[in-house]
Amino acid sequence: MPEETAQTRTIAVDMVARVEGEGALRVTVKGETVQEVELRIFEPPRFFEAFLRGRHYEEVPDIVARICGICPVAYQMSAVHALEQIFGLRVEGAIRDLRRLLYCGEWIESHALHVYMLQAPDFLGYDSAISMAKDHAAVVTRGLRLKKAGNAIMTLLGGRSVHPVSVKVGGFSRVPLRGELEGLKEELLWARDAAVETVRWVADFEYPDFALNYNYVALRHPDEYPVNEGWVAASSGLQISASEFERHFIEHQVAYSNALHCTLQGSPYLVGPLARLNVNQEDLTPLAKQVLTDRRIELPLRNPFHGIIARSVEILYALEESLRLMERYEAPPLSAVPITVRSGTGMACTEAPRGILYHRYVVDGDGVIREAKIIPPTSQNQSRIEQDLRLFMPRLLRLSDKEAALACERVIRCYDPCISCATHFLNLEIRRESIA
Amino acid sequence: MFNPDERQRPRLAVVKFASCDGCQLSILNLEEDLLALGRTLDIAYFPEASSDMRPGPYDIALVEGSITTAEDAHRILALRQQTKVLITIGACATAGGIQALRNWADVESFKRAVYPSPEYIQSLSTSTPISEHVHVDFELWGCPIDKGQLLRVITDLVVGVQPRLPADSVCLECKRRGNVCVLVAKGLPCLGPVTRTGCGAICPGMGRDCYGCFGPSEGARKGPGLPPNTTSLAGHFHSDLQLIPIEVMRRFRGINGAVSPFRAESDIWEKKP
Repeated sequence: MPEETAQTRTIAVDMVARVEGEGALRVTVKGETVQEVELRIFEPPRFFEAFLRGRHYEEVPDIVARICGICPVAYQMSAVHALEQIFGLRVEGAIRDLRRLLYCGEWIESHALHVYMLQAPDFLGYDSAISMAKDHAAVVTRGLRLKKAGNAIMTLLGGRSVHPVSVKVGGFSRVPLRGELEGLKEELLWARDAAVETVRWVADFEYPDFALNYNYVALRHPDEYPVNEGWVAASSGLQISASEFERHFIEHQVAYSNALHCTLQGSPYLVGPLARLNVNQEDLTPLAKQVLTDRRIELPLRNPFHGIIARSVEILYALEESLRLMERYEAPPLSAVPITVRSGTGMACTEAPRGILYHRYVVDGDGVIREAKIIPPTSQNQSRIEQDLRLFMPRLLRLSDKEAALACERVIRCYDPCISCATHFLNLEIRRESIA
Repeated sequence: MFNPDERQRPRLAVVKFASCDGCQLSILNLEEDLLALGRTLDIAYFPEASSDMRPGPYDIALVEGSITTAEDAHRILALRQQTKVLITIGACATAGGIQALRNWADVESFKRAVYPSPEYIQSLSTSTPISEHVHVDFELWGCPIDKGQLLRVITDLVVGVQPRLPADSVCLECKRRGNVCVLVAKGLPCLGPVTRTGCGAICPGMGRDCYGCFGPSEGARKGPGLPPNTTSLAGHFHSDLQLIPIEVMRRFRGINGAVSPFRAESDIWEKKP
């Protein structure tokens, strides 16, 4: 609603849709200059780090899953890895493979949701995937079936796709028989082909000409595309272990938001599929590389709008990887490695669908949590989203208030912000101040 | 419930308060049925799925999340005034959710534990279910809800049938599935005997103890509409499974910890030496 006074001009759109969580954006413009960009997160704080204190370590995977319904496995995985570090446990072999497979399921589900239901409507000019289905029924049906394939992996291994129940410190409460995994094979083969089609489809979208120099931060693993393990690597050259994370990445609070902002050496950085793909491009599968080459897509990708391409490539990777892991699976004799409880501090980073997710726990000799620290991907990207909007704004100043606001929403959706993680409705407000 | 002669499709709103988005995701997880839902109902307000957001009145509102801020306490009143049938979806909206663990704590100390400048954070000292603020027509339990139950309730409403869902315990479903009882055979502190059915007994199916996602069951032993026998189960955890009182307390003080029979049981065990 435009509101004009002699000094300032305020443009407000009440809500940016198709993101996970509640927040708002306010942009203040004076003449041709963007003065302030504030991404405000209204999502009410839920205080997980506080009420984890005093809970038993065995309860942690069930509790932290509830931080986010879209990526519960990420929370469970960072938690079990941090706790296993305390107990001096390394999980190898088939159980490690099953964790990677479960996580691939979550990447497929979460990425397919974002690509088809949250972001693609922006490129094709619709309000939602449901309205898009009227003209593009085959495409939407393909997206929904892809998402379902991810959910099927999660349901088989975890009992259900939202808040799976089988993950525990040391492994799983139950592992599947080989035959059960084979039951998924046919659908995953279909999904792999659908994922190739997805990359081709999004590669042909029309993208704004916008390229930035990001400091990409992602896990890096010597043998594989990172999921559960690896060094924290930045394109600026930094390479550290998860234990050193809080020494380099600093969280700070701003008055306008319920999510903390995280910076690396005082500067914004980018985590998530775009960062992961750029940092780990050589670990892609031959098929994924081939599809990119066929569509003349060169890495690194520097345009935030290309996040949808990165997500689509990762769906393809996750499906190929799932098929590979299933192929070599033999059920382990024990579903979980036995644990000896001891006191200590443990840290772990894993690659959530939206980027690095850091957990740190302090546990006492009875296995009770004394302290918990969780840094989700969206709070890491928040400063970067604000900076990108600042850089993107000048080209929007000639647009009408409504068009400018819609364009800002599209920029925000590129990052797939999960505000339930960091904190859901995004109100967008552009305030224009006249120079006179 | 809605006039079948009305050519207008019933208008649906999906509204979020403090929550994880998991129950809304369960709606998106309806997959093919989601498109059918879009044909049967006019999805007037569902920001997570659509940027086409239209004001009320609404025929059906699905409410996710609990009330944890003064602003949200006002927002739910406004929604109720615009809504014919208000349905809570999930543990947060129906029981206060996991974030209701704050109800036993000093929220100021929670703010200090999470935020360096706690004075910026506006939050109530409690997380409360929607029913403590406005009249709720139907409650869907679960963390997350079961999408089959959701579809069933919406279908019932659209065709004009009063929705009903089973409220007996997980145990009955567990037996139907042919699971081995984890409480008896493995000695795990399973909440299945006092927890509402609806999930499909997935925890025992995955070889572990139920942790109460669907809230307290009704009717077992004490009769329909009456609370389950948490006293007996808690006593069994303590005397037969050797759980110490604080462990018994934690079992009941979880995802649906703020709802009365579970809350009362956890309070009893918190005070035991």
